[in-house]
Amino acid sequence: MAKPSPQDRKYTKEHEWAKADGAGTVTMGITDHAQELLTDVVYVELPAVGRKVRQQEPIAVVESVKSVSDVYAPVSGEVIEVNQALEASPELVNKDAFGAGWIARIRMEAPAELDGLMTADQYEEHIKASPH
Amino acid sequence: MELIFEKSRPGRTAGTIPASDVPETPLETLIGPDLLRDALNLPELAEVDIVRHYTRLARRNFGVDVGFYPLGSCTMKYNPKVNERVAALDGFTDLHPYAPEAFAQGNLQLLYELAGYLSEICGMADFTLQPAAGAHGELTGVMIIKKHFERKGQRRATILIPDTAHGTNPASVALCGFQVMTVRSDAEGGIDIRHLRELMTRDVAGLMLTNPNTLGLFERNIEEVAAIVHRKGGLLYCDGANANALVGVTRPGDLGFDIIQLNLHKTFSTPHGCGGPGSGPVGVKRHLVPFLPVPRVVKRGKRYRWSEDFPHSIGRVRAFYGNFNVLVKAYTYIRSLGAAGIRRVSENAVLNANYIKERLRGHYQLAYDRVCMHECVFTGERQLQESGVHTTDIAKRLLDYGFHPPTIYFPLIVREAIMIEPTETESKETLDQFCEAMISIAREARENPELVRSAPLTTPVRRLDDVLAARKPDVCWTLC
Amino acid sequence: MDYVPHTPEDQKEMLKAIGVEDLEALFADIPAKYRLGRLLDLPAPLAEQEIWEHMSSLAARNRLPGATLTGAGAYRHYIPAVVSHVVGRSEFYTAYTPYQAEISQGILQAIYEYQTMIARLTGTQVANASMYDGATAMAEAAVLSAKSLGRSRLLVARSVHPEYRKVIGTYAWANGYACAEIPFGATGQIERDALRGLLDDRTAAVLVQSPNFFGVIEDIGPLADLAHRRGALLVAGFTDPTSLGILKAPGDSGADFVVGEGQGFGNPLHYGGPYLGILASTEAFMRKIPGRLVGATVDREGRRGYVLTLQTREQHIRREKATSNICSNEALCMLAAAVYLASLGKNLKRLAALNVWKANYLKEALAALPGWTPLFTGPVYNEFAMSCPDAKEANRRLERAGFIGGYDLSKDYPELGGGILLCATEMLRREDMDKAVALLT
Repeated sequence: MAKPSPQDRKYTKEHEWAKADGAGTVTMGITDHAQELLTDVVYVELPAVGRKVRQQEPIAVVESVKSVSDVYAPVSGEVIEVNQALEASPELVNKDAFGAGWIARIRMEAPAELDGLMTADQYEEHIKASPH
Repeated sequence: MELIFEKSRPGRTAGTIPASDVPETPLETLIGPDLLRDALNLPELAEVDIVRHYTRLARRNFGVDVGFYPLGSCTMKYNPKVNERVAALDGFTDLHPYAPEAFAQGNLQLLYELAGYLSEICGMADFTLQPAAGAHGELTGVMIIKKHFERKGQRRATILIPDTAHGTNPASVALCGFQVMTVRSDAEGGIDIRHLRELMTRDVAGLMLTNPNTLGLFERNIEEVAAIVHRKGGLLYCDGANANALVGVTRPGDLGFDIIQLNLHKTFSTPHGCGGPGSGPVGVKRHLVPFLPVPRVVKRGKRYRWSEDFPHSIGRVRAFYGNFNVLVKAYTYIRSLGAAGIRRVSENAVLNANYIKERLRGHYQLAYDRVCMHECVFTGERQLQESGVHTTDIAKRLLDYGFHPPTIYFPLIVREAIMIEPTETESKETLDQFCEAMISIAREARENPELVRSAPLTTPVRRLDDVLAARKPDVCWTLC
Repeated sequence: MDYVPHTPEDQKEMLKAIGVEDLEALFADIPAKYRLGRLLDLPAPLAEQEIWEHMSSLAARNRLPGATLTGAGAYRHYIPAVVSHVVGRSEFYTAYTPYQAEISQGILQAIYEYQTMIARLTGTQVANASMYDGATAMAEAAVLSAKSLGRSRLLVARSVHPEYRKVIGTYAWANGYACAEIPFGATGQIERDALRGLLDDRTAAVLVQSPNFFGVIEDIGPLADLAHRRGALLVAGFTDPTSLGILKAPGDSGADFVVGEGQGFGNPLHYGGPYLGILASTEAFMRKIPGRLVGATVDREGRRGYVLTLQTREQHIRREKATSNICSNEALCMLAAAVYLASLGKNLKRLAALNVWKANYLKEALAALPGWTPLFTGPVYNEFAMSCPDAKEANRRLERAGFIGGYDLSKDYPELGGGILLCATEMLRREDMDKAVALLT
């Protein structure tokens, strides 16, 4: 059973989360539900720092032994930091998808995009309706 | 078991090099020290230890000669030994590819005749024997499609592929700069005609179809499928991986296909060799012949020669001519069987698959309850729901019973898929033993699921940690 | 002769169990109009003895040469008996791809050992389990370079094997990449200034071959530097792998990819195939290179074992996002190469030296003939290009004596004004070389 989705952040249909850090930036990652579906993560292809992304553009790739999944940018902006710890320990995505398994931090171009994302409750409804 | 490097001892030798009958000029003066390497780190063993090493490795390996492989879509049929003996003839093994044509008439004749046999078997006008594998053949076929539209001055961006397709199909298409669009299957496991009609436009170069498909089902609407594609000027490509179901009974060319790639290491009995070499010849209808790769064998009177005189050819897809020694085995196989033997192949392949389907239907969930062709698809859903046992566990437990598992988790549209293709070269006893093993495992899944989940138990190694292998890849020994 | 075990009784029993009347009924899904009402138009079946007689006479229609003086991408090297012995084990040759690792530890370990040997020989960190041949290995390295860098221009040395250049051209056309040629100079090596001039920010890869088609050895280091300075990758190819016995490893000189033909390691000439594509790279490309890779791991009880790994690179998982579509490879040819390398061990160095000495002997003997001069001044391995009065006539004389002559360069390199490429491996005896020279005098 996936961990409950924390209230302090927003969610996308593709199972990413975005948490506002304060100064116009967000930290993003994939949800615990997503990591459950993927099973053991073996590798995360991180974006380059400085890369500009549009909302919903593929920003990272998460690999398990049997599958490859694109991770989509929850908001538009510039990648300002990536979670280097995932290079040596991709399993952090499985162990702590909402915390130590974060993927990147983005400086938002259009903060209003964050408002358009789902709340924790809406996301929980979403995964109940479509378990895949 | 130790690695060969761990058995190495300095100064041991096996292979000896003859004395030189020419002057041994110091290499530094001929080549220059900057271009020469300092050290050569290769293992040093006596021949007896090399032979024991590889013999022990062989004994840790399963092959068709050891036991049954019910691998769907792989056609792991018996590899005839006379084919091996023939392929070892000096005349076939020792000739350089650039030997003058006068030295190679036997080889050229073999290639010419083989192309003719495959054309007759498939209902095509001609074949290229250049591609080294099925996927290579697919790539060649897609390049031919691309060239065809280039010559017509049409820019078509997309190729349609069913959701049941083997991964090489979309990969080959993408490698040629086309977009892939997926066509859904209908509830009966065939192409969803309505969806196809919707997707088929003049921007679509063609449809890539496996027939029978990867569910082991014949495309009953093939005539309409072909019409829909052709009406919009598209081409119909056949992935011939499942040709074992059809040879001698029907011909892809007659069904409306314009191009087909075959897998000689499947349908035509050439050995899989642990993953290769295979061979993926591509056959085409008359209007696509100009685009075949060069060079091609041409015949004038009784002489055969290579010709590159085909200005619209896609060019070369590899160096030299093809996996010639594999082609020798396929040729020998066709000559052994003759037309009657080829027909017996598909008849008995389909018989065997349907027999297994009947024997297992009470024990595993059938994906589609229809007469199947040369393979049948079950799912491990019942076992998963009842006892939390996955298809992968069932597969691993089969290893303890001495069988290679069927193809699992493919095609992707069937959850927990188990695809079984017995081929025609298995006796009834083998099929029964396999079914009994599967039935026993179904019972074990109910009564002792932990046993199945911990399988395999009797193999040289237990279940291996492939997560670790992917997280911390170790692809090269660095310790000695 | 066929291989179906079933007797009519077996078939009857099975049809009964299925619940159908006859075999015809199992093909009911095929519309009647498509069912062949006839037997295929093929020659009649043969009993095993007849097969043997027919195929022997077909093979005998070939003519085996007394000596072979052509290399040009395929090399006549001596194959130790132990190689044929090992690849003749049917646990190897009748086996499937080792996806079920627990019953395939034999081949998986053999592949791991091969990967290690190739990485060491080429000076790289990752070598895959094989590609189709040297040409496609080079073409796929080119495609991978372009996709990795997001660039679409390839620089290919004119001294790369003509057929390899054609294959690269075909793959480039399929993907919409542009190719430009790097010229060679009087030494036979790549003109560095020309390369510097050709490199730009659209260049994904510089593709070179060493020893090149003319047998001339390139100095890869400076070429790699030039490429890297413009952000491009260096792909170093070879066609005779035994050259690695004495030549500096291309990886040690900065090559990003080392690709080539492995046929020379333990595989017969086989009239052009099956051969063995070698593809190796730096660690940076480990998760991107095409083809199968074997990795070491442990089982549930801590035993060392081997599995196919990083499969998410491959087509069966990535599908249209894969950088290659390769599935079947040349595994058995790879096994032959591994056994060959194990058998020769460090003697590979002497084998390679013997190749150099033989070629040098032949070259000097021919250079003494009037009208025969080496075309290039650069150092060579076991092949060399000579200008001569009449290459066609030279080959005619050699063929009449039962030899396979040299490779006529006029078609692929008209700018050389007529020339011939000759090869001498350890299998070319001095008496055959003397005889050849006498025929050409």
